[in-house]
Amino acid sequence: MDPVLENLDLFWGGFVRSLGIVLWAFAGSMVLGTALAVCRVSPVPVLRAVGTGYVAVVRNTPLTVVLFLFAFGIPALQVNASFYVFGVAGLVVYTAAFVCEAIRSGINAVAPGQAEAARAIGLTFGQTLTQVVLPQAVRTVVPPLGNVQIAMVKNSAVVGAFGVGGELFSVATRLTSAQGEPRLPVYLGVAAFFLLITLPAGALLARTEQRLAVAR
Amino acid sequence: MSSVLFDEPGPRARRRTRIATGVAAVVVLGLVALAVQRFASTGQFDAELWAPLLDPRTEEFAQVWAILGAGLGTTLRAFALAASASLVLGIVVGAARVSLGRTARLPLVGVVELFRGLPVVVTIFLAAEVLRLLDSGTSSYWALVAGLTAYNSVIIAEVVRAGVLSLPKGQAEAGLAIGLTPAQVMRSVQLPQALRTMLPALISQLVVILKDTALATVVFNDLQDLLYAGDRIRISLDNSLQTLLVVALVYIALCVVLDRAAVWTERRLSRSRPTAAPAVAPAEEAVTRV
Repeated sequence: MDPVLENLDLFWGGFVRSLGIVLWAFAGSMVLGTALAVCRVSPVPVLRAVGTGYVAVVRNTPLTVVLFLFAFGIPALQVNASFYVFGVAGLVVYTAAFVCEAIRSGINAVAPGQAEAARAIGLTFGQTLTQVVLPQAVRTVVPPLGNVQIAMVKNSAVVGAFGVGGELFSVATRLTSAQGEPRLPVYLGVAAFFLLITLPAGALLARTEQRLAVAR
Repeated sequence: MSSVLFDEPGPRARRRTRIATGVAAVVVLGLVALAVQRFASTGQFDAELWAPLLDPRTEEFAQVWAILGAGLGTTLRAFALAASASLVLGIVVGAARVSLGRTARLPLVGVVELFRGLPVVVTIFLAAEVLRLLDSGTSSYWALVAGLTAYNSVIIAEVVRAGVLSLPKGQAEAGLAIGLTPAQVMRSVQLPQALRTMLPALISQLVVILKDTALATVVFNDLQDLLYAGDRIRISLDNSLQTLLVVALVYIALCVVLDRAAVWTERRLSRSRPTAAPAVAPAEEAVTRV
C-alpha cells in the first residue's frame, strides 16, 4: 500500500475534486429530475410525452455513451466547454432520468384517497401535488432516491475515468503511468476512497429508511 | 385521460389544459427548432456526414457497418457471458447468505457490502490487475467479464436474498415438515418462487450489465466493443455527433428489447398466478389460527 500512503495528499486532492463533481451532479440531477417527474404526472399531454420520452431514451443509453456524446458530439455543434463541465452535465442528464423515475414511483405510492380528498375540497392539480401528495411522497421517495444518488456517486467514477483531470482517477493514472507506481495498490487506494463515500451513505440511508418506515 | 391527481376535466380545466398544452408545445417546438437550427448552422445535417452511416450506396457504408457489427458481436458476447455468470454466482451467494448461520455468513456479508459500494469501473480495473497478476496474458475481454461479474453477482445476490426473505415463512416450514433438508427446501421450494417474483428486478439488472459493457472503451484501449467501434469510426470519418448518435440508438434498441422481455415475462407470470395465490393464502391463515 506504499504508493497510496506516500501520495496521500495527491489522493486527498483527487478525492475533494471528485466530491465536487458529485455535489454538482447531485444538485443538477435533483432539479432536472424533479422537473421531469412533474412533467410525467401532469395533465398536459405534451409535457407527459416529453417526460416519458426523456426517461425512455436516457435510461437505455449507457452513461459512457452519454459522456462520449457530450465530450465529442456537442463540440461539433460549436458549443464548447471544459471536460469538467461536459462530464458533470453528462452525469446530470443521465442521473435525472433515474431521479424522475424514483420520484414518480413515490408519487404513485401515495394512497389515492389523499389525492381524491384534496380534489374533493377543490384543490387544483398544482395545489394537490405541492400541498398534499409531494409532502407525503417525500417519505417513500427517500429510499429509492438515496439509492439513485449512491449509484450516481459510483457513476462519477466513470466521469473520472473518462478524464476530467485532478480527481481520483486522474491521480491514479498519473501515479501508474507517469511515475510508474504498481497499478494494483493504486487502484485499491481509489477503491478505498470511493468506499469512504458509499459505505457511510448506504448506512445512513438504511437508518433513514427504518425511521421513515415506522411513520407509514 | 384521468389520474388520481386530477379530475375528469370540466370546461374550465379543459380550457386551461388546452392553453398549457399550447404553451408547452410552443416551448418544446422552440427548443427543437433551436437544436435543428444549431445542427444546420454548424453543418451537422450535411449529407457527407450522415451518408456513410445511412446510405448503402456510399463506399464506406459496408465497411462502417461491418466494424459496428463486429463491435456489437463483442458487446453481446461479453454481456451474455457476464450476465449468465452473474446470475449463477448471484443465486448461489444470495441463497448462501440467507441459509448460513449468523457467524458463518459474516465474511459473505462483508464481501457483498464491499463490492456493492464500489463503482463498476473500479471493479473492472481491479479485476484486470488481479487477473494479470495471475496470468500476464489475460485479455481485456476476460477482465471486463470478470469485473462486471464481480459487481453484478453481488447485486443479484441481494435481489435473490430479498426475494427469498419476502416469501411467507410457511413455505420453508412446510418443506421442512415433509422432511426436506434445508438445502432441498432452498432449491426446490424457496428459490423457484423467489426467482419468479424477482424476475423483473433481475432482468432490469441485466439491462444494467448490457449498458456497463460500454465501460470497456474507457477502461481498456484494446477491447473492440460497440462503443469502441463507434469511436474509431467517428475519428476516421470525422463525424463524431452522427456516429455517436447512431451508436446510442443501437444501445437503446438493445436495452428496449431486454426491457420489453421483462414486461412480457412479468405479465405472463402474473397471469398464471391467480390459480396459485389463493391456494397459499388460506393455508397460511390456517397455520396462524392454530
